[in-house]
Amino acid sequence: MKVLRPRSADEALRLFSENPLALPFSGGTDLMVAWNMGSLNGKPVLDLSAIREWIGIRKMPGGLAVGALTTHAELRDHPEIRRNFPLLAAACAAVGSVQIQNRGTLGGNIANASPAGDTFPALAVYEARVRTISRHGRRNIPFLHMFAGVKKTALNQTELIEAVELPFLHAKPARQVFRKVGTRAAQAISKTVAAGLVWLEKGGAIKEFRFALGSMAPTVRRLAAAEAFLKGRTPSSSAIETAAGLLTKDVHPIDDFRSTAEYRLEVSRNILRSFLGT
Amino acid sequence: MKISVNGRKRSYTGPAFKRLIDVLREDFGLTGTKEGCGEGECGACTVLLDGRPVASCLIPVEHAEGRKIETVESLAPGKALNPLQKSFLEEAASQCGICTPGVLLTAWSWVRAGGSADRQAIRRHLSGNLCRCTGYQSIVDAVVKTIKRRIR
Repeated sequence: MKVLRPRSADEALRLFSENPLALPFSGGTDLMVAWNMGSLNGKPVLDLSAIREWIGIRKMPGGLAVGALTTHAELRDHPEIRRNFPLLAAACAAVGSVQIQNRGTLGGNIANASPAGDTFPALAVYEARVRTISRHGRRNIPFLHMFAGVKKTALNQTELIEAVELPFLHAKPARQVFRKVGTRAAQAISKTVAAGLVWLEKGGAIKEFRFALGSMAPTVRRLAAAEAFLKGRTPSSSAIETAAGLLTKDVHPIDDFRSTAEYRLEVSRNILRSFLGT
Repeated sequence: MKISVNGRKRSYTGPAFKRLIDVLREDFGLTGTKEGCGEGECGACTVLLDGRPVASCLIPVEHAEGRKIETVESLAPGKALNPLQKSFLEEAASQCGICTPGVLLTAWSWVRAGGSADRQAIRRHLSGNLCRCTGYQSIVDAVVKTIKRRIR
């Protein structure tokens, strides 16, 4: 097995262009499972874990930039993340277990593109952008455009994830929610996972509403129809019911060994109802 | 490559992607670390990497290069047991024992970092360590006892 271990971003891009079939590897919390089962035998690995430039959280104009190799534990504990992006901190605390949070990286989680990624709904409502890098330059990909399907990203063959950019919110939301629903709190893969933000007008009408669900479609989804419907409306019980009914415009859950489509839909509607109801 | 294991510098010259658990057990003879699931789900193989609990079945040994590893053997280097191990004995917090090395290290990272005696917080910290005998109550009792003794 060929293992490439670049010590800098430049070296990583060079090695990746020379070995386009190499599998980018960071914390290993998913890929090591495949490796232990022998399904990576013979595949070259591009181990990115020694690239220091891609570790850590930095201020940037108007927001924070999270290096791709930053772990869930670092995000969970970081004071600036907890203050400005509490739903992301909460999601990172719900990923796997302490052992997984200490190793799994945000960039790796995104590259893995699981439909059930626990950080994805939070990143979707915060309107994060994924900054990629290749020998041809950089791209800033809006988070919702990052996924092409189950386990498929919008990355092209020469690109690596460099950082995730988090723009600060324009104002403090009136209410916010993160909810993961699984068989147990730790280690379970989500049946549904939600993140929501709402801003209210002085009179109580909804100024802006953002709500995203994971495990409810091949990729993370914002509830575009419900968000548009609620804008400018007072969150009365009938408005909330209509919004809950609009869920299926944007998500299409499936029956699988973890749950049923019906359960996923009803629980997701309940999270929305309890978030908007008083 | 050089790795610090239980305070001692060790060198390793095998494949870069050998799992840390296998290097610890086979190359360094530290068989206290047990393998449970091999998928990072059960926590049995937990060791401390730079003081933080990690699943040693999911770590290619090259990720430990130049870093500090602590295994269960580090808790009682001489004959005297570590205070957490003493509490585990007193509370009968070990039954079949397969999960115990991992549970001890995850719990030790909590105790050593000054973690609180709050049972919920301890349970959350330990939630990645499964006990197939389901002896969780006595495990949490032992951790609480260790912390309370230390505070007193």
